[in-house]
Amino acid sequence: MMTVGVETVEGGVVISPQGRLTVVSTPQLRTEVSTRIEAGDRLIIVDLSQTTFVDSSGLGALVSCLKSARQAGGDLRLVAPTEQVSMVLKLTNLDRILQPRASVEEALHD
Amino acid sequence: MTDLLTRRDQRLLGRTTPPRRIVPIRIVVLLASLAGLNYIIWRWAVSVNWSSWWIAVPLIVAETYSVIDSLLFGMGAWRLRERGEPPTAPSPESPDTVVTVDVFVTTYNEPVELVMRTALAAKAIEYPHTTWILDDGGRAEIREAAESAGIGVITRSSDWVDRPRHAKAGNLNNALLATEGEFLLILDADQVPEPSILHRTLGYFRDEKTALVQTPQWFENVPESDPLGSQAPLFYGPIQQSKDGWNSAFFCGSNAVLRREALMQLGVSRYVAEVEAAVRRAIKTSTRLIARAREEAVDQPRVLEVLDEAETIVERARVEVARGDSLGDVTYRFQRGIDTIAYRFADADVAAMQDDIAELAAMSVGPGTFDALDQAALDLLSQRSSSPLQAIESISMLVNALDVDRGDEAQAIMPLATISVTEDMATAMRLHGLGWKSVYHDEILAIGLAPEDLNTMMTQRLRWAQGTMQVFFRENPLVQKGLSWGQRLMYFSTMWSYLSGFAALVYIAAPVLCLSFGVVPVTAYSVDFFARLIPFLVLNQVLFWVVAAGRPTWRGQQYSLALFPVWIASVTTAFQNVYRGRALGFSVTPKTKQASNGPRWDLVKPQLIAMGCLAAALVLVGIRYATGQADGIAPLVNILWVVFDLVIFSIVIRAVLYTGPEAPRDKESP
Repeated sequence: MMTVGVETVEGGVVISPQGRLTVVSTPQLRTEVSTRIEAGDRLIIVDLSQTTFVDSSGLGALVSCLKSARQAGGDLRLVAPTEQVSMVLKLTNLDRILQPRASVEEALHD
Repeated sequence: MTDLLTRRDQRLLGRTTPPRRIVPIRIVVLLASLAGLNYIIWRWAVSVNWSSWWIAVPLIVAETYSVIDSLLFGMGAWRLRERGEPPTAPSPESPDTVVTVDVFVTTYNEPVELVMRTALAAKAIEYPHTTWILDDGGRAEIREAAESAGIGVITRSSDWVDRPRHAKAGNLNNALLATEGEFLLILDADQVPEPSILHRTLGYFRDEKTALVQTPQWFENVPESDPLGSQAPLFYGPIQQSKDGWNSAFFCGSNAVLRREALMQLGVSRYVAEVEAAVRRAIKTSTRLIARAREEAVDQPRVLEVLDEAETIVERARVEVARGDSLGDVTYRFQRGIDTIAYRFADADVAAMQDDIAELAAMSVGPGTFDALDQAALDLLSQRSSSPLQAIESISMLVNALDVDRGDEAQAIMPLATISVTEDMATAMRLHGLGWKSVYHDEILAIGLAPEDLNTMMTQRLRWAQGTMQVFFRENPLVQKGLSWGQRLMYFSTMWSYLSGFAALVYIAAPVLCLSFGVVPVTAYSVDFFARLIPFLVLNQVLFWVVAAGRPTWRGQQYSLALFPVWIASVTTAFQNVYRGRALGFSVTPKTKQASNGPRWDLVKPQLIAMGCLAAALVLVGIRYATGQADGIAPLVNILWVVFDLVIFSIVIRAVLYTGPEAPRDKESP
């Protein structure tokens, strides 16, 4: 099960998937991100510190959110992945494109 | 899958061919390979008739081709893997062990009844699953029929409008993002599945590294004599089993179960690889753009100033990419940098800029977008007088197009390969490259419909061959780093076999020339020759016979020679397509019979001409014998050879005259 936290900050919005980000829960994340983009947010920060597990479909969803953000003239950044998530990012080389930041603070001022 | 692996399942997962089968195969492989090498080395070393080099060289090359083909076949057979009973599927009884499965029935333009027949059979599969019709035709009749049967329909999302559709691969990629099952059973519109198909295949996925289980394709509307060579008992059997032994059994588009996680992982890693390649290309092109603009603007200091700034930004991006910085950040900073310059010079000719954007945008639709766009940007710049804004805009358009969002494609993630008209083989090869395993399970679990006329059959064979050759030209298996050498050679051997069309030309021409004009390409038709050739030919047939273990192989052998014009066309069109960007002239194989207007002799014109030449050669050699111009053993060898060729080619006459299966199809029982 997964819940998605949303918090507006100065300069962007922080979205935190909490729990398992898998094929079953990705629609939730995608809906949340596109709602925020439609609402005018441009910098989407995905906080992965409480994401316990991500599968390749979850990574696919992050890519499609990145695509939406870029097409709206914004950007998507990852923050503080857990160990499993870091490993999967590395395995697929996705960290070559989405290099996670250590903190929300860092993601905002970069 | 959380239920425990029983000892029995563990044993079944690791099982391979029993010794009473594999030992004789290995003995014959060894003998046939030695005989092949013995023959071909001798041919090269001492028996090429260099004085008739123009036919002697093509002949020795064709013979070498055949020996290599035989060696590759033998190498596969050495590890032929018969798996027998499958491991038990994860129990559907408990929510802890059951796995989720989506069954996809893919269709484009097949008749509604045909699609529904398959879809209803799919719905009746015993293992819990969800059935979907993937209707690429987006037809209302299909939706209506499916909905009244309680079956879901998936059609392309709006993202695909005005973007490359990628045929069946696109259809499947679209459906992958619209569904959630852990496993996917893929069925062509005509492939009616057995209710047990999932129970018989899901067990293999107990091995967590298994990505694919392929089962045979078998056709019910084919008579025993199989005049069109539709059944492929050797391919869906010993050949796939040979590949399986090397962990390279490949996906054949239908009747296969795939693991979603493997496909998605492939999609994500391909996305990264393609973005990386595109960004590198964009930076290179930008550098060239700037250099060229600078040449044209030597006397315009204002333009040079802009170009200097742009160059700094491009150079920074180049360094950052080389250093391994995240591409998301590099492209983001790059775009922001170029935008900033563009804003500062925005007082320049805005209209010109808008024209450029429109022009570039118009070029960014359609396949091969990246290359087309690079070239387009360069051409555009070279055509017109330089203005700072135009230079900047060209670069900025280029970079936008080559962003990390893959804006030219409907989906950033494309798990099914789109480099070929036959997405299946390319996808399997990439999965193997990532370290996944595949399984070939040799049990007929779905029954389909084969083409019923020669034209449709030839279109289908051409398509398969073109697809395979596209993969060969685009992603040559011999140089794929993730693959073991065994896997590389197994993929390569499939591609190699499609080069047989060129060899066939030589095998027709050589005996005709010999009989008609006495041109002898081999210096010694002697004991030496026969002592080497005959063991090779005989052992090759024995190898076929041992490997086939009772399955019919003759029809396949006939068509591998008789369809030589198709194989040649496949290689040349795929080459033109990959290297020159020409269209393949590809069409979807019709699943129903084409309207017939009498026998289509026109389809086999090259074969008829070849047969005419072969027959004429027999007549000519008769005259030459009668007039005392022919003697010795050479004409006799060639007469045998010609007769053999004619017997092989006789199949095309039967194929042209074939009018479809006699008995009406029994639609109820297989």
